[in-house]
Amino acid sequence: MTQTSDESANNLVEEPSLLDLARFPDVRKSDFRTADNTPVFIVPAALLLEVMRYLRDEGRFTLLEDLTAIDWQPREPRFQVVYNMIALERQKVIRIKVELPGQEPSLPSVTGLWPGANWYEREVFDLFGINFEGHPDLRRIEMPEDWDGHPLRRDYPITGPRRAALPANWIKLEGR
Amino acid sequence: MSSIYREEDFFTNNAPVPGELQSLRSVSPIGGVVTTNLDKVANWARSTSLWPALFGLACCAIEMMATSAARFDLARFGSEIYRASPRQADLMIVAGRVSAKMAPAVRQIYDQMPDPKWVIAMGACASCGGIFNNYAIVQGVDLIVPVDVYVAGCPPTPEALIEGINLLQQRIAAGIPRPEDPIIYAPEVVSDPNLGRIRK
Amino acid sequence: MEDLQIRDAWLDDAEDESNDPGEESVPEKELMTINMGPQHPSTHGVLRLIVTLSGEEVIKCIPDIGYLHTGIEKQAEGKTYMQALTLTDRTDYLNPLINNMGFVMAVEQLLGITEQIPARAQVARVLLCELQRISSHLVWLGTHAMDLGAQSTFLYGMRDREKILDIFEMCSGVRMMTSYIMPGGIYADLPPGFEQAVADFVQYFRGRWPEYGAMLTTSELWYGRTKGIAVLTPEMALAYGVTGPGLRASGINYDVRKMFPYSGYETYDFEVPLAKNGDVYDRFLVRMLEVEQSLNIVEQALNKLPGGEWQIADRKIVPPKKWEVATNMESLIHHFKLFTEGFKPLPGEVYARVESARGELGYFMVSDGSNKPLRMHIRAPSFANLQAMPVTLEGKAMFADIVAAIGSIDIILGEVDR
Repeated sequence: MTQTSDESANNLVEEPSLLDLARFPDVRKSDFRTADNTPVFIVPAALLLEVMRYLRDEGRFTLLEDLTAIDWQPREPRFQVVYNMIALERQKVIRIKVELPGQEPSLPSVTGLWPGANWYEREVFDLFGINFEGHPDLRRIEMPEDWDGHPLRRDYPITGPRRAALPANWIKLEGR
Repeated sequence: MSSIYREEDFFTNNAPVPGELQSLRSVSPIGGVVTTNLDKVANWARSTSLWPALFGLACCAIEMMATSAARFDLARFGSEIYRASPRQADLMIVAGRVSAKMAPAVRQIYDQMPDPKWVIAMGACASCGGIFNNYAIVQGVDLIVPVDVYVAGCPPTPEALIEGINLLQQRIAAGIPRPEDPIIYAPEVVSDPNLGRIRK
Repeated sequence: MEDLQIRDAWLDDAEDESNDPGEESVPEKELMTINMGPQHPSTHGVLRLIVTLSGEEVIKCIPDIGYLHTGIEKQAEGKTYMQALTLTDRTDYLNPLINNMGFVMAVEQLLGITEQIPARAQVARVLLCELQRISSHLVWLGTHAMDLGAQSTFLYGMRDREKILDIFEMCSGVRMMTSYIMPGGIYADLPPGFEQAVADFVQYFRGRWPEYGAMLTTSELWYGRTKGIAVLTPEMALAYGVTGPGLRASGINYDVRKMFPYSGYETYDFEVPLAKNGDVYDRFLVRMLEVEQSLNIVEQALNKLPGGEWQIADRKIVPPKKWEVATNMESLIHHFKLFTEGFKPLPGEVYARVESARGELGYFMVSDGSNKPLRMHIRAPSFANLQAMPVTLEGKAMFADIVAAIGSIDIILGEVDR
């Protein structure tokens, strides 16, 4: 969604120091209702590092609070990776979302900017299957190393796929 | 070898110790067998000096700590000290939810404890999976280790845990046999407890 | 030669990271990799640390988590909002009421009823959260001191914590997982005798709390084991997302109660303790002072506790009172609908943050208009704090300092793994 000149002027007036939308024309404000007055911007995956570097260095959003993902199945784009950041001196918060398709979702890693994103991205990879390019050590963190599947996806059964109709499931516990 | 004990009555997953007096073997006599006075004394001694292994996993661990603290002092029942090393403990109180990654560690700790040993499943999660009927939690630690006493609660109050320990002490003193080890009748579940029970 | 290099790293300024010797500077045969946990008395839960040592010095320390992964976030997607509240108690199991507070704030913002919460409920929430913070710090102090050798602190802490748990049991019937704070207010009215019990506790505890500090700080051993250990610089803390007492001990003033106040925190008069060095001793001091400030807040809340309603009146969100259900048809239908189907917030997302005893606890909730949350993500403070811990230790600490460092970050594995 490209910004026309008067829209970008309006956005400059609304949040002039938060995210300069005239500078990043491919970034758009999210139209999903945010109930906590946080400005939310949707950034394409290719621009992510640039926008994040701008936010961290010029916007002074030094604290990466949270990095998580949402699975919107069956809606496409299926995944949204969500970054919540705080600028402590200015007492401002911002939320950045990256939309990803369901097939082989992949986006650059921000561990170069915030080393604290390391475990968060491992967790998103483990539970959603989203790949982070440039992550130093992308492996499972919550589930065992040899686990199949990504549990927090909507199509993963809550009881797990291995709780299946095996004879072990019908054990009558004789020892009791 | 004493003749009042039949070999097949001594069901155990450990090899019997050869050459020792049967009544001093580290296995409680099983079902319907007359116990000697020595056995009764041994069982009484075991029941009143249960030393738990330090095995607090989650929220129930906090209540277990509170049970050993000043108000609900567990030491007055003989559990003077929690041993950090399982090789020095004889009671494993599985306090908390056992996740898929932790299950092999639970079994390993149980195997490292020397006989005689007992297991209390403390709380709903250890007894049956609790409120977490999902991919990550083992639906009851009795899929992995044989459990003697289940203590209900989420978390059980320290009074409930003390009642569970008292119940276990009575069972030990009476010589009631332990349940079967699931590794005997369901080894594939012990190695992969996420195969466990189906819950609709 | 390699030994000298490591000793220099030990003595050098903690901020100078280029002195981290890494594994190359030590010959391979001198390195030993050991495994701490997951069953370990000092790891405060099921945490596994893979520690590479050269003698006693720590070269690398890699935490391995996931041993308590419960799938709470996935489980919450299959439950209504009222049912998911009970799941949130069990993440950080030392402050269940503060977890409830965060969840409830998120849900109330989604529903848009944040301004309608009655004053009695707001004050009661603040009071109970601060009591919960005190009880959490008591357990922290007890276990931290016990790991470093001072065993009696644990028993004193548990003794006083029992008094707080008695208050919770008086309110809700449950000692720990109360789920007492629910969307729309608090679950039931504060019982008679509550105010007297809290006043008694405050008076009793004010006299006792200095004893805890005195018990530890008058000992030379405590200083030796905590001063200068596991220093966390402010830049590192921000880079890793550390919040809470760990961040404040490094000098950065970020307390969610002051910066983004909720539930009326802006009307209370309290200070936020800060420290300079960021070592174990400073984190200890910050938490000790925080407990005193929490006591002040409890006292202020008690003095201004108003009467009146404890829940909002909207029967589409909050279940009606039991005596109404027994006599009024509409109330019966509301009760039925709420407990079978639950309320349905409009589609939206929210990130609500509260200050737990460990740091900033955040709830990121997404609603798609149905009665179950589409996504509930818990931003656990211990997750980030634990990630920063190896940085404070590698190359600069001895093996016994790992125990001090873990105790000082005050992690709870339930919220790290969720």
